[in-house]
Amino acid sequence: MAIGLHDSDLKNPVLRWVDQRLPIFSMMQKEYGTFPTPKNFNYFWNFGALAMVTLAVMILTGVFLAMNYTAHTSMAFDSVERIMRDVNYGWLLRYIHMNGASMFFIVVYIHIFRGMYYGSYKAPRELLWMSGVVIFLLMMATAFMGYVLPWGQMSFWGATVITNLFSAFPLIGDSIVTWLWGGFSVDNPTLNRFFSLHYLLPFVIAGVVFLHIAALHITGSNNPLGIEPKGPQDTIPFHPYYTVKDSFGMVVYLIVFAILVFFIPNYLGHPDNYIPANPLVTPPHIVPEWYFLPFYAILRAVPDKLGGVLMMFGSIALLFVLPWLDGSPVRSMRFRPWARPFFLLWVVAVVVLGYVGGKPAEEPFVTISRFAAAYYFAYFLVILPLLARLERPLPLPESISRPVLHGGGPLPAGAAAKPMEKA
Amino acid sequence: MKLSIKAAALGAALGAALLLAPLTVRAAEGEIELPKVHFSFDGIFGSFDRASAQRGLQVYKEVCSACHGMHLLSYRNLVDLGLTPEQATAVAASFNITDGPNDEGEMFERPGRLSDRFHNPYPNANAARAANNGALPPDLSVITKAREGGAEYVHAILTGFRDPPPGFAMGDGMHYNAYFPGHQIAMPPILNPDQVTYGDHTPATVDQMARDVATFLTWAAEPELEQRRTMGVKIILFLVVLAGLTYAVKRKVWSDIPH
Repeated sequence: MAIGLHDSDLKNPVLRWVDQRLPIFSMMQKEYGTFPTPKNFNYFWNFGALAMVTLAVMILTGVFLAMNYTAHTSMAFDSVERIMRDVNYGWLLRYIHMNGASMFFIVVYIHIFRGMYYGSYKAPRELLWMSGVVIFLLMMATAFMGYVLPWGQMSFWGATVITNLFSAFPLIGDSIVTWLWGGFSVDNPTLNRFFSLHYLLPFVIAGVVFLHIAALHITGSNNPLGIEPKGPQDTIPFHPYYTVKDSFGMVVYLIVFAILVFFIPNYLGHPDNYIPANPLVTPPHIVPEWYFLPFYAILRAVPDKLGGVLMMFGSIALLFVLPWLDGSPVRSMRFRPWARPFFLLWVVAVVVLGYVGGKPAEEPFVTISRFAAAYYFAYFLVILPLLARLERPLPLPESISRPVLHGGGPLPAGAAAKPMEKA
Repeated sequence: MKLSIKAAALGAALGAALLLAPLTVRAAEGEIELPKVHFSFDGIFGSFDRASAQRGLQVYKEVCSACHGMHLLSYRNLVDLGLTPEQATAVAASFNITDGPNDEGEMFERPGRLSDRFHNPYPNANAARAANNGALPPDLSVITKAREGGAEYVHAILTGFRDPPPGFAMGDGMHYNAYFPGHQIAMPPILNPDQVTYGDHTPATVDQMARDVATFLTWAAEPELEQRRTMGVKIILFLVVLAGLTYAVKRKVWSDIPH
């Protein structure tokens, strides 16, 4: 790399002066302007951009909420209600932030689904995928601690149940819990540290998102066919094609978001969290937020506490090693006739786990959760490794533009055949 | 094109499934079915019936406030309920508020002002329990947000007092209520016909008073409800138009790409 001024092709003398010394304009042009992007994305490829926007919305609303929030057990609940009543548009800030958390998880779950269905985790995108799993873990921690801040009944009892999970570890478990709490029960020190970390972690997420995008711009995007672009005929510049497509997806997304915020703001929450926290009264059912329910169901499916905790953490740890569990060289499920139904069944298992996770721990839900959890693990540990050996994938198209443009090459599966007939 | 539509439909279905999940959770928890009541603020475009909410305020002031506080509200908020500042001041002045310490270091009592929070009937939770056979009358500021069923639940509880079914073991000083979880509630059937005299000559039946109180309490829990919905309609209309325009631009930009 040459040392010296960057060779900028900008005409404006001021911008050029800056660009020669700090080529941010050249970089933006390269990474978001001319960046070669596969031309065949479907709307599933909108969700990365949607997640980034949601992160920005959460940080912005959160900063203003924090200006008006009091992290003390005797004042937290009332300070949140003061935001709702006396802060200008405080109700709007809080409802956006509260429902934004749910929207964030909806978006990220679809984003993860996209990655798994089209094999975006496979070589050379392993680190891209793993940084995504790190973001997911950080999001879960942030959301959990954020839910504690209003100090309602579910805040308090959710915090108690989840932190108590660590007591399952032998010998050191109780010390870990005391250390997490900053005392011998969930109390003011717990609330204070959760607030501090809830403010910190989103910026850590932003940092990992930067790495996630940096890695993406090294390997380039995957696409619905799961084959690499073979040349310029397979790609289009990111701008204007995908900026405008993302913009359209964004507006549709904002409509859904707005319906939630303006018309059913408390729909995804639990009424008990409008009851101030009371350590002496346990709610009849302690349920986490909806986005944790599948993992909560896995936790409860195991009769042994330590076993349940390990299975729950294991269910996410498996995502980390997914690139090595799935040895098939074919990325997109469109060309994997066996893996496709097994994967869609896995999605059903996750939805079923989410459903039973919100039910009381009694029959038939316990048995259902055991079958669903068993399938969850079997998919990763048995089915995927076996399919890599046994499955005969469908023939892949020669290139991204070829099957569409010339009607040549081997026939891709299902829906892809339709446009070909027209051509 | 076909592909992207299929994918979008799949995405929408996934999103819908996630949105519906809590609904099934919710259904499992509501053990007792509440009687359906129509309220003025139901639906997307509903707003508060001011007359009903003001009657509810009267019932709260004359009946409920003997035991239940609403400490998140201030008397100034009553102006939003349609009271004139003079009327709201008069409501505030009808309560004695403890203030202080004064120059001598003493606490003293004075009539309430618009800036005061609603007066709490008890100085603390222990005093409330001592006066109520060990039960704590909950603060009603956000009660409709804090109970499954919201306003319908409040209405159901206030009209749900019955004689216990034969063989039902009642606790000491408890009352049977068809809609309270466990059916034993410490609150006595406090609303009786013509308990209050409405200024607008609305007959003060128990059902009417319960509806009015439920309306008042919903306003108290969500004073932003009307502004929120009005704003929401405008924003969604704007976004729908914007979506149409953005889609047209997208089609135009993509028109030179065969796909």
